Amino acid sequence: MKIAVASGKGGTGKTTVALALAETLGERGLLLDCDVEEPNCHLFLDSAPARSEQVEIPVPEFDPERCLGCGTCARSCNFHAIAALGKKMLFFPELCHSCGGCTLICKTGAIAETMHGIGNLEFRATAGIELISGVMNVGYPMAVPVIRKLKEQALPDRVNVLDCPPGTACPMVSAVRDADFVLLVTEPTVFGLHDLELACDTLEELHLKCGVIVNRADDNCGELEAFCRKRGIPILMKIPFSRKIAEGYSSGRRLTECAPELKEEFEALLASVCESRQVRQ
Amino acid sequence: MKIAFTSRGRNLDVLLDSRFGRAPFFVIHDTVSGDTTAVENIQNLNAAQGAGIQSATTVANAGIEAVVTGHCGPKAFRVLQAAGIKVYQTSALTGAEALRQFEAGVLTPLESADVEGHWA
Repeated sequence: MKIAVASGKGGTGKTTVALALAETLGERGLLLDCDVEEPNCHLFLDSAPARSEQVEIPVPEFDPERCLGCGTCARSCNFHAIAALGKKMLFFPELCHSCGGCTLICKTGAIAETMHGIGNLEFRATAGIELISGVMNVGYPMAVPVIRKLKEQALPDRVNVLDCPPGTACPMVSAVRDADFVLLVTEPTVFGLHDLELACDTLEELHLKCGVIVNRADDNCGELEAFCRKRGIPILMKIPFSRKIAEGYSSGRRLTECAPELKEEFEALLASVCESRQVRQ
Repeated sequence: MKIAFTSRGRNLDVLLDSRFGRAPFFVIHDTVSGDTTAVENIQNLNAAQGAGIQSATTVANAGIEAVVTGHCGPKAFRVLQAAGIKVYQTSALTGAEALRQFEAGVLTPLESADVEGHWA
């Protein structure tokens, strides 16, 4: 099972919630930090990775002996990753989407595929949480291939908790895409509600089931509640706006450490999410 | 010698476009014949990515030896350099003004890209 924790707006508490879920699940869970541009789950685990694995994508490699300089590969590349200057081929791996088109179209077989590193997967297990973080290389512009590789690590016999990137663009979509349930973490602010609406629209397009968690909940949740009612999206939990939690967070402590009374609520939340999945099937 | 100027229009009297990859036109001036022609670059104006690379390939295929523009990013510069094309930087407002600067020898070729990609 996969539970995606997404938000629309950044900084609403996705990581906070994802960690709390993973901690509640213990050995039944696996936490995947899909926010590969800025993974930060590990900051709350205080341990170095036990091991690391390179994420690679196939990119073309040109054989000057066989190349006729026809330029067909460069013209066929939708991503403009190849420049052909006669027989001089220039390749820009950061633009390549690994579609393999150039390799297929080359008549003389001058293009072979070679592997190009774009990031890493980091494996950690500490405080009863097993975490795999996707880390994109600095300077590489595409998060999606790293997220895809990371998601291949999901285990079928566990509850996989996916800490997703903010926003509603490709990285977010690729992270939530095959989730059984999406938890949308929001906050009772104009910005939180605005971006929650965008996230809800995106999930509707993707036909994904979702529920809302309100973080920093105070007395101003009326508009947010009205929106959720109108859209038929359940509010599954409210995390109170409290000084205790804020102070704990700012000193690197997980939510369940600074507010242990919330553990039961997370248990109940997980039970209802797992149940909703069974009903759906 | 053929020189390409990044331009907003089809001749040297209009505004010079300070961008290389996403300039709407390359106005090509032949210093020997004195002829001026224009190559459209509109297709790259809206390219999602790789505009600089494509523009540099266009310029290279047109037999250009020098480019006069406002700025040049790293990918375009790599292609132009590989094609043996020199890139001259100017802050001139029009192509005609830039041509006068070029002929007066006040422009010096860039040794590397002067801006990051997607700077504009």
